[in-house]
Parts: sequence; C-alpha cells; structure tokens
Amino acid sequence: MLAMGLSLQYGVCRVLNITHGEFVMLGAVLTYLLSSGLGLNPLLAPVILGPLLFGLGFLLQATLFKALKARAPSLAAFEGNALLAAFGVLYILEYVARISFGSTLMPSYYLNVRVSVAGMDFILNQFVAFGIALALGVVVYLFLNHSRMGKAIRATAEDPGTAGLMGVNTNMILPFSFGLGALLAAVAGTLISTKTAVSTGLGFSNTVIALIVVVLGGLGSVPGGFVAGIMIGIVSQLVAGLWEPILTVPIYYAMLMLLLLVRPTGILGKK
Amino acid sequence: MDITRLVSTHRKLLLGGFLILVLIFLATFPIWARAYDVRVLALVLIYVVLAAGWAMFSGTTGYMSLAPAAFFGLGMYAMALLQYELPFPLVIAIGGALSFVFALLIGLVTLRLKGMYFAVFTFGLVVFMTEITQYLETRLLGKHGQAIIPIDNQTLFYIMVGVAVATVLVTYLIRRSRWGLAMLGIGGNEEAAEHMGVNTTGVKVFTFAISAAFMGVAGVVAAPLLIYVNSNIAFSLYYSFLPIFMAILGGMGTAYGPVIGAVILGYLDTRLRAQLFNYFNLGFGIIMVLIILFLPKGITGLVPMLQDKLGGAMRRLRKGDREERHANT
Repeated sequence: MLAMGLSLQYGVCRVLNITHGEFVMLGAVLTYLLSSGLGLNPLLAPVILGPLLFGLGFLLQATLFKALKARAPSLAAFEGNALLAAFGVLYILEYVARISFGSTLMPSYYLNVRVSVAGMDFILNQFVAFGIALALGVVVYLFLNHSRMGKAIRATAEDPGTAGLMGVNTNMILPFSFGLGALLAAVAGTLISTKTAVSTGLGFSNTVIALIVVVLGGLGSVPGGFVAGIMIGIVSQLVAGLWEPILTVPIYYAMLMLLLLVRPTGILGKK
Repeated sequence: MDITRLVSTHRKLLLGGFLILVLIFLATFPIWARAYDVRVLALVLIYVVLAAGWAMFSGTTGYMSLAPAAFFGLGMYAMALLQYELPFPLVIAIGGALSFVFALLIGLVTLRLKGMYFAVFTFGLVVFMTEITQYLETRLLGKHGQAIIPIDNQTLFYIMVGVAVATVLVTYLIRRSRWGLAMLGIGGNEEAAEHMGVNTTGVKVFTFAISAAFMGVAGVVAAPLLIYVNSNIAFSLYYSFLPIFMAILGGMGTAYGPVIGAVILGYLDTRLRAQLFNYFNLGFGIIMVLIILFLPKGITGLVPMLQDKLGGAMRRLRKGDREERHANT
C-alpha cells in the first residue's frame, strides 16, 4: 500500500519520490488533528485529506518536476536531479510540519476495541486497516488495468512519446499519477494514525520502507510492489517475533542487497 | 586596458597567486582569528573534503553516490572506538584505510548496478549502517553514543587544511590525467568507453575507494570537533546530501567548484544550524530546490556564461566602433 504510490510515481513520472514518507506523515498527522480537533471519524479524514494531498502532489509534478524535465539533457540526468530536488522538498515538508504542528505530537488510538474471532483476540483497528488497504489495492489495480485513464497512465509509463502521439495528454497524466501516488500515501498515513501514535518525524522511516519495497518489487512495477509489500510485512513480523525488532530494517536491507545482486530489476520488474 | 585579455593571458599566474594567498590565509588564520572561528573554519574544511571527494567520483562518472555519510560515519566511529587505544595520527590512517577497503568492497558488489539502482543502494547503505551500528553498540557496549575527548582545535584545523588541500589536489590531478578522461568517458557513455579499451570497472571502483578514503579521514577529524557521536549523527543522510548540493552549487565542471559551494553552504550550516534548527532545515530545503532548478551547472558554470555575454557585448561595441570608422573613411 505504502509502496504502490511510490511505484506509480517512479514508473510513470520517473521521479524517485523520497518525499513519499512525508506525504504519509502529513496524512497521519492531519488525520489526528482533524479527528481530535473536529471530532471527525478518522476513517472519514481521507475524504478531506485525499483531495488536498492529491492537489499538492499534482502541483509538485506540474511545476517543479516538469521544469526539471524540460531542462535536463537526458533521462538519467533528470532522474538524478529529480531525486535531489525531492530531497529538498522532503526537508521543506517535514520542517513546515514541525514548525506548525510541533514535533512531540504523539497519542492517538482509535477503534481500540478487542474482538474475539474464533477464540483469538484481535484489535479491531488492525482488521479495518488491513481491509481498507486490501480493498484500495484492488481498486487501484482495476483502475490501472481497466479504466480509460488507467490505460493512458500505463501507456505513458511505457513510452511517453508515443503515448503523446496517440492522443494521450501526457501533460495531464504525469501530474495526475503523481497526485494519485500522494493520495495513496495520505490514505496510508490515515490508516497508520488509527493504529499507532504519530508524530511529524515519522516520514523518513516510511520512505525507507516504501523505497525498499519498491526496489524489491522492481522499480515502476505496481503488482511487483504489491507482492514485495506483503513479503516485507511477513518478514518484519517474523524477525520482530523470533529475533529482535531492531533488526528488521537491517534485514530488509540485506534482502534488498541480495536481490539487487541476483536480479537487479526486482521480482517482477522489467528490464 | 582590456581586462578580459589581461585575465586570459596571465591566467595561470593569477590563479597561482590567488592559491598562494588562500594558503597564506589558511596558514595564519589561527594566529589572528578567534578560537570559535577556527572551529567553524575547520568544520567548513571538513565539508570541503566531503564535497570535493563526492565530486571526484560522482561528478565525472555520473554515478550518483549517496554514500558519503557511510564513509564519513565510519571514520567517526573509528575515532570513537580507538581514541584510547591508539595515537591520533594512526587513527586517521586507519579511518582512511577502513573507508577505502569498505568502499572497495561496496564498489565491487555494486558494479552491476546502473543509474537509479546505484543511488538507491547507496541510500540504503547509509540507513543500514545507522541501524546496524546502533544495534551492535547497544548489544556489545551497552550504550548508545560515544563521548570523544576533544583535541586542540588548532591542531585539528591544520590537519584539515592538509587533508582538504590533498583532496582538491588529487581531484585536480585525476581530472587532467588519462584516468580522468576515462571517467568522463564513463559519464558520457559507459558502453562506448568500454569498447574503447577503458577498464571501466577498475576505474570506477578505484576512484570510488579513493574518494571514500578522504571522507573517512574527514570523519576521524570531525569526531573530536563534535565531541559526541552516535549512530544517528555519524550516519546521518544529511552528510550524504549536503556535500552533493555543495558540489552542485559550486559547479562540478572544475576541481575547485565544489570547494566554493562547500565554503558557502558549510559556513551557513555551521553558523546557523545549531541555533535555528527547524527554520534552518526549512530554508535548506528551499535552497536545495532552487539550486537544482536554477543553478544546475553551479556558480562556476555561471562564469563562462557571463564571459560569453560580456564578451559578446564588448565585441559588439568594438565592432560598432570599427564600422563607424569605416563609415568615416
């Protein structure tokens, strides 16, 4: 779920968006603010936040990255510059959030109700989060594969030049997919805020996880990201349960390193 | 008097004179400056080494390494763990050698990776180092973070002057050698360079390791300046990205470009970051985006552009002059 948005942004726009975690953070923190300030149900927060962050992502691609692309001599140069610019944006977003919301924001537990299913105790919010993530994954998959817009997005990812000649408005598609990625990040943020405490500093660790998942799945491959995401989730539970929770990130990285050596394009990536 | 012609004919002389002035300035600096400023300048020199070291490898080959923090942090930790056991000069040598070997291994492993994958790998490497050091530290030593005995700032300053000069000198020498041309070839078109008989792998890995050695040395010297080191400080991605932006701000077309960028951003960083942490970082983000957008060739990239424009204007003036004379005769 985290990774899908990032994968979309890289696949279509060729921007390795390391600000992704910051969008997650904004989603989580704003959800907390909305629900504690206005008494809104946190699950309704994406209705307001989604369009907001979608707009932010849309604008970023439509202005900054588009300008960068126009200036860069080659695709490789553009990817490098975009990564660096994204790092700048990461700082802007994180510290705007820190300055305006403080950095010690912490508590927020919702739907913290235990339910018994088949003799086992579960916390309700985990069910809800899992259900929504799964549903959204399916929706995005269907959208990309079967809707007109989704086909246009995939065509642009494949070959922007030809897609443009075929009548796809690439100037519209690129910001749209970037915004869609931001929207997915925001919803992920909302779900995180219903499960655990949040703060304005949580962006970066989420970026790292999303990045690892995306590279594992193959840069730019949405289903690959989905598979890798599930894999990472299982591994993290195994490592945290059987070994030490601190070691989960090093283990991710070890997996990443191995995979890059054996199959540099990821599990389902294309050459 | 034609200034542009004066500059172009005596270019070497002027440059040499300027370099000597800079060296005299650096050599006498601790004598007349305040102790605080000596520390600031020593930190700026550390950034100079990081930025020039980064540009040494990535500037020409086009491989974007996000690993400076890994080597820098390795140097810091070498100092933190060996400070009681070994004399300082030896630790410096070990820090450099450690980073060199580590980079050699990383380089050999990451050979196959191209473009973005290399950047992602090195990005992950820094995060990995942070986590694994923290784990090992708490596991084996039972604490998080290491205090470091301060060393006389003046000594550190002179060491840094030496290291910075060496870094820039090596970059310059590499640039004007066959080896530098090979690197430019890799940056331009790696496959073509390989077919021309360039040992691309060897050149890449070796340069990567040399630049890492300088970063490791900078880390060893940085540790006593910062007094306290932990895994989040030593392997902060900030130390990976800041040198990159310094190099880009200064311009990577020349050996001295990164130095200019490092002096500007490094000074701002050491003076403002501690006091105005949040606002500084916000401003840092904004400046980064602006640099990438409007100054991708850096400050030194501006010079030829301005020269072009100025030269054009002058030529036009002179031409106009001549035409007028023609008209008169």
